[in-house]
Amino acid sequence: MLDDTKSNKVLVEVRDLKMHFPIHAGVLRKRVGEVKAVDGISFDIYEGETLGLVGESGCGKSTAGRAILRLYDITEGTIRIDGVEIGHTPQPDLRKMRPTMQMVFQDPQASLNPRMSVAAIIGEPLDEHARLSKAEKREKVLSLMDAVGLNRDFANRYPHEFSGGQRQRIGIARALALNPKFIVCDEPIAALDVSIQAQVVNLLEDLQEEFGLTYLFISHDLSMVRHIADRVAVMYLGRVVELASRETLFADPKHPYTQALLSAVPEPDPWLEEKVERILLQGDVPSPSNPPKGCNFCTRCPQVMDICREIDPLGQEIAPGHQVTCHLYQTT
Amino acid sequence: MADGAAPVLNVRDLKTVFKTRSGSVHAVNSVSFSLKPGELLGVVGESGSGKSVTMMSLIGLIPSPPAQVSGAGVDFGGTDLLKASDDELRKIRGARIGFVFQDPMTSLNPVFTVGYQIMEPLRKHMKMSRAQARGRAKELLELVGIPDAERRLSDFPHQFSGGMRQRVMIAIALACDPEVLIADEPTTALDVTIQAQILELMHELRAKLGMAVIWITHDLGVIAGIADRVLVMYGGQIVEHAPVRELFKHPRHPYTRALLKTVPSVRGERAERLEVIEGQPPILRAEPSSCSFAARCPFAFARCLSENPARFDVGPGHDAACFYDFEAGAPRATVSAAAVGRPEFEGGAHAG
Repeated sequence: MLDDTKSNKVLVEVRDLKMHFPIHAGVLRKRVGEVKAVDGISFDIYEGETLGLVGESGCGKSTAGRAILRLYDITEGTIRIDGVEIGHTPQPDLRKMRPTMQMVFQDPQASLNPRMSVAAIIGEPLDEHARLSKAEKREKVLSLMDAVGLNRDFANRYPHEFSGGQRQRIGIARALALNPKFIVCDEPIAALDVSIQAQVVNLLEDLQEEFGLTYLFISHDLSMVRHIADRVAVMYLGRVVELASRETLFADPKHPYTQALLSAVPEPDPWLEEKVERILLQGDVPSPSNPPKGCNFCTRCPQVMDICREIDPLGQEIAPGHQVTCHLYQTT
Repeated sequence: MADGAAPVLNVRDLKTVFKTRSGSVHAVNSVSFSLKPGELLGVVGESGSGKSVTMMSLIGLIPSPPAQVSGAGVDFGGTDLLKASDDELRKIRGARIGFVFQDPMTSLNPVFTVGYQIMEPLRKHMKMSRAQARGRAKELLELVGIPDAERRLSDFPHQFSGGMRQRVMIAIALACDPEVLIADEPTTALDVTIQAQILELMHELRAKLGMAVIWITHDLGVIAGIADRVLVMYGGQIVEHAPVRELFKHPRHPYTRALLKTVPSVRGERAERLEVIEGQPPILRAEPSSCSFAARCPFAFARCLSENPARFDVGPGHDAACFYDFEAGAPRATVSAAAVGRPEFEGGAHAG
């Protein structure tokens, strides 16, 4: 759907992004180690596209999303949004950039202030960043409510009076208030029921078309990502292991982890489901505070080789736009 | 599965009402179903559809008050669970009917070792000695695929990962060789690769132990891979019931049809646009006097708003609570007389 509108302009450029959280222990709260939640990821997001960021819990996908918007002070790396380098910009200076980049959170219950009315929630970014008269602001809030499919008459109601799907619409309206270019959607549908998920996903697609938005869509739901994303990055233990266009990634996954992950997704069709060849991974994800030597995936990889336990593989482009971080595909 | 065999569990006309200060909620409305020996019965529905409350009600796990559980009977091997005393129920729960809940962290006690918690039902229900129970507990951990079982017995729940904890829960549920295992969203809190491990384990355990399983989930993909028969719940009622393949091939209730279309797939064809079920699920303030899906249903007509449809037979072992006849492509002409005639549901039909 978006293929024709997509441009080749890079809107978001992430290079070697690292986000390590310190672990403090003992009476003196000495620093004893660090959780390498995001450990060197690089990718571009083109203007008008949706990049899906998938992985299992603890792989660092949400941290990556938050770090890219500089909700954290990052450990290392560069982030360039719309031509502006923000990787190490001090927080006060970042405020000027905030209208460009917004976020939709997973849990609409927790991310909306229960004591504020819907109009106040959606209008808050306008108070902070725009100079509007009372009437202008009211009009803008109401038009945002229209855009996300909320009834204008409910502007003075409070979040608890809405269902989960409607609350997520409130969160989306708030993110749209400042006409952003780039929105990080962090598991926006994970807390919703199946029949409501489709409503929200369709809304996000409509808004993208209408306002020319660029999304980073973070999710563990591979089937939804296949639906909404143009390109997909797969994360494992703080690293991007594979990045490709949607078609390529789902039809021809190369990294053993991507292959196992895709094979594990149950198929809502008994005939197809019967034919699925599952690659069952053994064991659990290692702790990001103590990742294994060599390739992060070597402890669970069904195709592990000696080199994988020694040397960390580098990302390689094996076909145009298809990056894999795995020794199986290392040519040099 | 053995079609003629007597059901291990037969639920007739089960109703659960929660009485609260702000009014009552009719969470389960005249639910009837049976569970055959050795089969896996999948129960699908969204949050609030009554799938968990149904299973908790029939085994007396819903506190009363505020809940009122009533019905024509829940027959479990000759005992009517609705009439059973607390003592009798306690002897059945955990021994003859095992449970696995969604969140393995909150359903295990953090201050006792895993070994202690597996041994508890063995000591209580099977009157085993400490040593016997420990031996059996080790066997159970091995059965559910936990490596180094002997040593792991003395570990605490927080020392296990999510998937391993769920294996422990399954070990506890299976400890006394139950006839029925009720699993309430057992893989929902787990990652897909771990979910795949647990589903595989379930296949193995069923082949080995042959118990009947009720598997509650909202995930149609899980249902497609694991269930023999499926109940689809909406608004506290069973709206469709069919063998799994029949359900996916010939869904006969508009809710099931819509649900199947809203779920994207990672392998099948990719839809440009997701189908949507407009509106919200109902809040059940009163016993339904009309079809609870009517407000969201594209096929709804006058009758749907004035009468709650009974479950009509639409095929072998297949029924749907809908006045619209998808085979004929028109509303059903006959009155409820044609409804539910399957022997195991005798007396369980409710037409209004």
